Amino acid sequence: MKQFLQGLKDGSAIGIGYLSVSFTFGLAAVASGLRWWEALLVSMMNLTSAGQFAGITIMAAAGSYLEMAVSQLVINLRYALMSISLSQKVDRRFHAGRKMILGFAVTDEIFAVAMSREQEISTLYFAGLAVLPYLGWTCGTLAGAVCGNILPGSVSDALGLAIYGMFIAIIVPAMKKDSRILKITLLAVILSFGMYYLPGISEVSSGFAVIICAVAASAVGAVCFPMEEETQEEA
Amino acid sequence: MKTGIFWIYLLVMFAVTYVVRVLPFVAFHKKIENKFVRSFLAYIPYTVLGAMTFPAVFYATGSAVTAGAGVGAALIAAYRGKGLFTVAVCASLAALLAGMLLQVIG
Repeated sequence: MKQFLQGLKDGSAIGIGYLSVSFTFGLAAVASGLRWWEALLVSMMNLTSAGQFAGITIMAAAGSYLEMAVSQLVINLRYALMSISLSQKVDRRFHAGRKMILGFAVTDEIFAVAMSREQEISTLYFAGLAVLPYLGWTCGTLAGAVCGNILPGSVSDALGLAIYGMFIAIIVPAMKKDSRILKITLLAVILSFGMYYLPGISEVSSGFAVIICAVAASAVGAVCFPMEEETQEEA
Repeated sequence: MKTGIFWIYLLVMFAVTYVVRVLPFVAFHKKIENKFVRSFLAYIPYTVLGAMTFPAVFYATGSAVTAGAGVGAALIAAYRGKGLFTVAVCASLAALLAGMLLQVIG
């Protein structure tokens, strides 16, 4: 129970952050033609930002189901990497049945917070960690979809930064603490800029680009600055 | 959009996203001993988030100036050790204020 409460506490900031991010998703979904309950269902069943934004774009454009499947696969493939990382840090009682339920809640932020924990991750801790983000994500979507049009454009534009603010809040402290993470994250960012602006490469979809940059930079990191067992736990 | 078509889209989205997350989680249940792989996985959270944030964040508000203000505020707040939510609010507020300032000037 103590583990569960600790999870809740660690997840509360993510939950509040998700409120604003999913609010913008609710806005965008209704603006692109979904009904409010459809927007809500998309959020309840996917719990992912980039994938959902891409999903409603494809729905609005009446894209093929194959296009939908491929876009989700590419954009969300990073979760596969995260799930492998996470599988190395969960305790022994975190068996397959629990993984099949709680694995659903692997998001960028939940994953990052779970990994920054010093101890092994128990089922109760991870469940607690996931509760408030899930609630925030669904409630924010509902609010955005139902009452979004009241909001002036400048405010909803500014809210679009909330998710990136959360990303920055995760990477900067780690970069400050560990110079290896600093170098390798900067490398990933430089690669990402390159893939975005260099002619020819910039046609690669953004989901693929993220995976290529992250895999390349992490591989360089693993070769040049391998992490010892104990530092790995901290990171 | 017809309701039936929506359900198929939703099902496709859900199935792909769920499998991508859960399959690797269930499949790997032993500790990976390989030092390269362990180090690689330790870097993944930060490289993924770094590559997702930059340069996409500069296009998140429709104006590189307001987005830049938000990024600056977020970097400062994060460097000072503020939590996820505080940093997110700082980013949004800075972008909002920068947008207002631009309107006044323009």
